[in-house]
Amino acid sequence: MAQMTMIQAITDALRTELKNDENVLVFGEDVGQNGGVFRATEGLQAEFGEDRVFDTPLAESGIAAMALGLALEGYRPVPEIQFFGFVYEAMDAISGQIARIRYRSGGTQSAPITIRSPFGGGVHTPELHADSLEGLVAQQPGLKVVIPSTPYDAKGLLISSLRDNDPVVFLEHMKLYRSFREEVPEEEYTVEIGKAEVRREGTDVTLIAYGAMVHSSLKAAEELEKEGISAEVIDLRTVMPIDIDTIVESVKKTGRVVVIQEAQKQAGMASYIVTEIQERAILHLEAPVLRVAAPDTVYAFTQAEEVWLPGYNDIIEKAKQVINF
Amino acid sequence: MVKTDRSMEVVENRHKSLGLSDEQVIEMYRIMLLARRIDERMWLLNRSGKIPFVVSCQGQEAAQVGASFALDRDKDYALPYYRDVGVVLAFGMTTQDLMLQAYAKAEDPNSGGRQMPGHFGQHKNRLVTGSSPVTTQVPHAVGIALAARMEKKDLVSFVTFGEGSSNQGDFHEGANFAGVHKLPVIFMVENNQYAISVPLSKQVACEKISDRAIGYGMPGVTVDGNDPLEVYSAVKEAADRARKGEGPSLIEALTYRLTPHSSDDDDRSYRERDEVDRAKEKDGVLTFASYLRDIGILTEELEKQMNDEISSIIDDATDYAERAPYADADTIYRYVYGEQGGE
Repeated sequence: MAQMTMIQAITDALRTELKNDENVLVFGEDVGQNGGVFRATEGLQAEFGEDRVFDTPLAESGIAAMALGLALEGYRPVPEIQFFGFVYEAMDAISGQIARIRYRSGGTQSAPITIRSPFGGGVHTPELHADSLEGLVAQQPGLKVVIPSTPYDAKGLLISSLRDNDPVVFLEHMKLYRSFREEVPEEEYTVEIGKAEVRREGTDVTLIAYGAMVHSSLKAAEELEKEGISAEVIDLRTVMPIDIDTIVESVKKTGRVVVIQEAQKQAGMASYIVTEIQERAILHLEAPVLRVAAPDTVYAFTQAEEVWLPGYNDIIEKAKQVINF
Repeated sequence: MVKTDRSMEVVENRHKSLGLSDEQVIEMYRIMLLARRIDERMWLLNRSGKIPFVVSCQGQEAAQVGASFALDRDKDYALPYYRDVGVVLAFGMTTQDLMLQAYAKAEDPNSGGRQMPGHFGQHKNRLVTGSSPVTTQVPHAVGIALAARMEKKDLVSFVTFGEGSSNQGDFHEGANFAGVHKLPVIFMVENNQYAISVPLSKQVACEKISDRAIGYGMPGVTVDGNDPLEVYSAVKEAADRARKGEGPSLIEALTYRLTPHSSDDDDRSYRERDEVDRAKEKDGVLTFASYLRDIGILTEELEKQMNDEISSIIDDATDYAERAPYADADTIYRYVYGEQGGE
């Protein structure tokens, strides 16, 4: 076992699948010689050659659309969108084409594409670099949306994504890239897409999160414990499809829920999860389900970022509200 | 070039024949030098932890300023890209404005500290912002030109971008529409040879970016982007065509990016130092200064005066920006939607 950061685990997963499957291709802006602006693809071009790991022209729409062409010819493309805010340039290719090819071809064709992209706030990158846009792609049937919160999961989920026969949008939270290391097996392994993980067991309240907010939720749970409140923390890991069974099981136990997302509150994942809970488990609820989310503005400028981003204190506050309801 | 004898060369006055006065070319040089010095100061401020990010104009000032001088800077629109310090200075943005945006202070006229540095936009000077995914400004420029045509306004919409951006769909869609409708747009590619780390050879297959013009039914020319007079001449011709209703032009200015892509990039992983050193010899700021000295209008005295003045302008602007307040975090809710009774 090796100690790895999330970025190292991601590189390791790409290397593993480039070795395992000659149809895997990694490409995007600056991913070749430069190894990616975050070094996610460092050394891969030298190891696997320019045919399999290559730089593209600066053209997001073309990068995503070309991936579909490659996939139709049997490749497993892994295009990178340099920052997920740039995905707007590629939205037709992703949501209009890649996500729908299976449906449109009557099931005769598929798009085994993994679109990797950094996203997320708290590292002082400006709007369109930091935006949490998972809701945008989660709304598109045909796509799976994966967001790991640990190095171990990043590797296992990325390998699963690359082996999946449906398109996966794999979102990598920038704040987690190098924030901590953990044991990551050097050999190959997979983590199942669509399965949540209970990161901490508890009995009084369920905190549901993904990405960097998992860590804020764990911190909130620690603080709550000091006050005698036992919080369960669920890391969704995949936001589409969500693991509703794990959620409902926890709701039945605690009867109180807070859903946490880093994205703005309007029309996001948290709203969707709240709806699923009330449709499936309303009789188990002791209080309304509350949300923690960022304010409904464009992504905050740097001086406002820390105030704007949801933090563990916001989670504690909402948890107490549902408990004291 | 006229030779009077073997030892002494008389350098041809190239700017007079272009209709440029001595004062105008000296002003061109002053803005080029100011842009360079501002950029250099920003790197120092970045490396000392004062400002978060720099994305440079270094190596492209000659093209930026030469082009701007060929436009009507009281009427025309400019849609610059993030390296265009020379363009925005020529269009009236001040050193203080640039420092305020580098520090992301509330008073920054570009966005009040809300956008990334280098996303230049200033309503009063008809400068329109780009965005982080590149090339968004190109179809915007075409829209402005279409509006001008419909409103029968005599203006030219000048849009710049890197050669990397010429691969975006937005470039194709904008250029095609402008070509079809013969709109007054000048598309200027500042070809600095790299899209972050990706060299020109991995970006395009055509010999010249200007070759693409034929597909849009517009003239395309490639000029030496280190020579502000050559760029001036090409942009002047394009502006004249645009004003006469003869449609858009594509101009490719060959330059070289002398710095890494940004303060967050290390270019040693993808280009040789020799290559950068060779490019520095052709640096337009140096070669244009030589020209002006050779024809006798940039005297030692004037040069010293100019350097002193620029240093003091930059010092004052830096001090001002450093002291200026940040945008209050409470203002985050502003400008998301229109405000009652308001702005």
